[in-house]
Amino acid sequence: MQDMSQFVGRIFQSESRRVLSTLIRILGDFDLAEEAMQEAFATAAKDWKGKGVPNDPVAWLVSTGKFRAIDLLRRESRFRDLRPELALRVAEITAHNAKLSEREIEDDQLRLIFTCCHPAIDPKIQVPLTLREVCGLTTEEIADAFLTSPATMAQRIVRGKTKIRNAGIPYIVPSLGELPERLESVLAVIYLVFNEGYSASAGNSLTRVELSSEAIRLGKLVRKLLPHPEVLGLLALMLLHESRRNARVDENGDLVLLEDQDRTIWDEELIREGQNLLQHALSSGRFGIYTIQAAISAVHSEASDASETDWRQICSLYDVLLQIDSSPVVELNRAVALAMRDGPEVGLKIVNEILDRGELASYHLAHAAQGELLRRLGDVLQAEKAFERALSLAKQDSERRFLAKRLSALQQGSDA
Amino acid sequence: MKYMLLIYSAEECWTEETRKECMLASMSICDELAKQGKFIDSSPLHSVSTATSVRVRDGKRLVTDGPFAETTEQLGGYYIIEADDLDEAISIAGQLPPAKKGTVEIRPLFPLPDRAEPT
Repeated sequence: MQDMSQFVGRIFQSESRRVLSTLIRILGDFDLAEEAMQEAFATAAKDWKGKGVPNDPVAWLVSTGKFRAIDLLRRESRFRDLRPELALRVAEITAHNAKLSEREIEDDQLRLIFTCCHPAIDPKIQVPLTLREVCGLTTEEIADAFLTSPATMAQRIVRGKTKIRNAGIPYIVPSLGELPERLESVLAVIYLVFNEGYSASAGNSLTRVELSSEAIRLGKLVRKLLPHPEVLGLLALMLLHESRRNARVDENGDLVLLEDQDRTIWDEELIREGQNLLQHALSSGRFGIYTIQAAISAVHSEASDASETDWRQICSLYDVLLQIDSSPVVELNRAVALAMRDGPEVGLKIVNEILDRGELASYHLAHAAQGELLRRLGDVLQAEKAFERALSLAKQDSERRFLAKRLSALQQGSDA
Repeated sequence: MKYMLLIYSAEECWTEETRKECMLASMSICDELAKQGKFIDSSPLHSVSTATSVRVRDGKRLVTDGPFAETTEQLGGYYIIEADDLDEAISIAGQLPPAKKGTVEIRPLFPLPDRAEPT
């Protein structure tokens, strides 16, 4: 069959991560598992041509990978000194474990996610490690997406794998008692990946979109394996954000505020999918910060234009969110919502208090919010000052352009 | 796997009484660990004011008073335990009384290849 290498390529695309995660469990070593997986696919490309495709290609690849790992261990003398027991273990496991159940392979994927997102691993490393090992992105692709060199990224990934091995981070799905804490760290990684693709404006925009869809894919995978309400909530939140991707940037690549977006180009299908997931998460009664943020986002989705927004509902959702997550950023967002419901002076009072405490003094959006509320109250001079502070603190190009535009509109208004 | 749990805390955060309580609580945790075959060694350390640092540079030995680095939290004791994996070590570290006041740093011991018995 001439198309065999293409066929194996497709199987690689769809199944390589499942094969890898099971090999990591069996072999207890990321690098060895990676090598064994590559060799198993190379063998498949040769063998399947003559013998045909096996009934269960994933089980075949895992089993071939195990044999290849034994070969690799025998070949490499460094393992002979250090880990004779490993080769023995692989041989034993291979003997009794001829065929793996589908369920076992799925559990292995979940183990891999929890291992890569273990809180003992530096968060800066959890993200690239997950993208590399769970999603199968290449080091170059990850480096490109995070605007660093492939060498730096490769170093981070190696540091992560070394930590897993040397610190003895287990390859397991955490017990029920530890699940909330551990799931939090998995969800944080997924949301970071999503935001990196959604908010950051620098870099190749195509890669950025891919990061967001990769995060959604990861969210769907975790949901399939572990349908915890917060997993549904995070997935809903990401889908609702994603539904506005085309509306949040204009033809010049400049940011468009939610209130100014053309709502007719929001993606209806993503909104429906997000709202459905949100309903499931809410009906469980055991939801957390992602579900509440998704609920806030869904209220916006329901309004056909900005003036129709149900700010009362949004404010009460922020009250609930603030009880679970009393961070100053949540406080700031709540203040902006209160300003919409009760008038700018109410919001401004809270924003001023937050800034006076110094907690968000270097956060550009806090000064931008202050400027916007001052503008609405007609205090142009103070508003300009606030926007100038915001501009001096903003780092992303599109945000800087947005703030500069806001500032010059104010100045022109005040000249007239 | 063997792990060393290093206890760091600000020395002035302990009173005579809280220190004694901490020792008693630690000793009972050690007994419990020993029963499970997870205890290897443990000891509190004298105050950092008793520390001496030794460095050899260009063949010359330099002896100085005090620790190498000035930090607010000082090493005040250690445990060496046997645990299945990092998660078990984390769970044991979280039960140690000093974790409430200071920091418990978990370090896996680097296993050396077996050396031949001296003849």
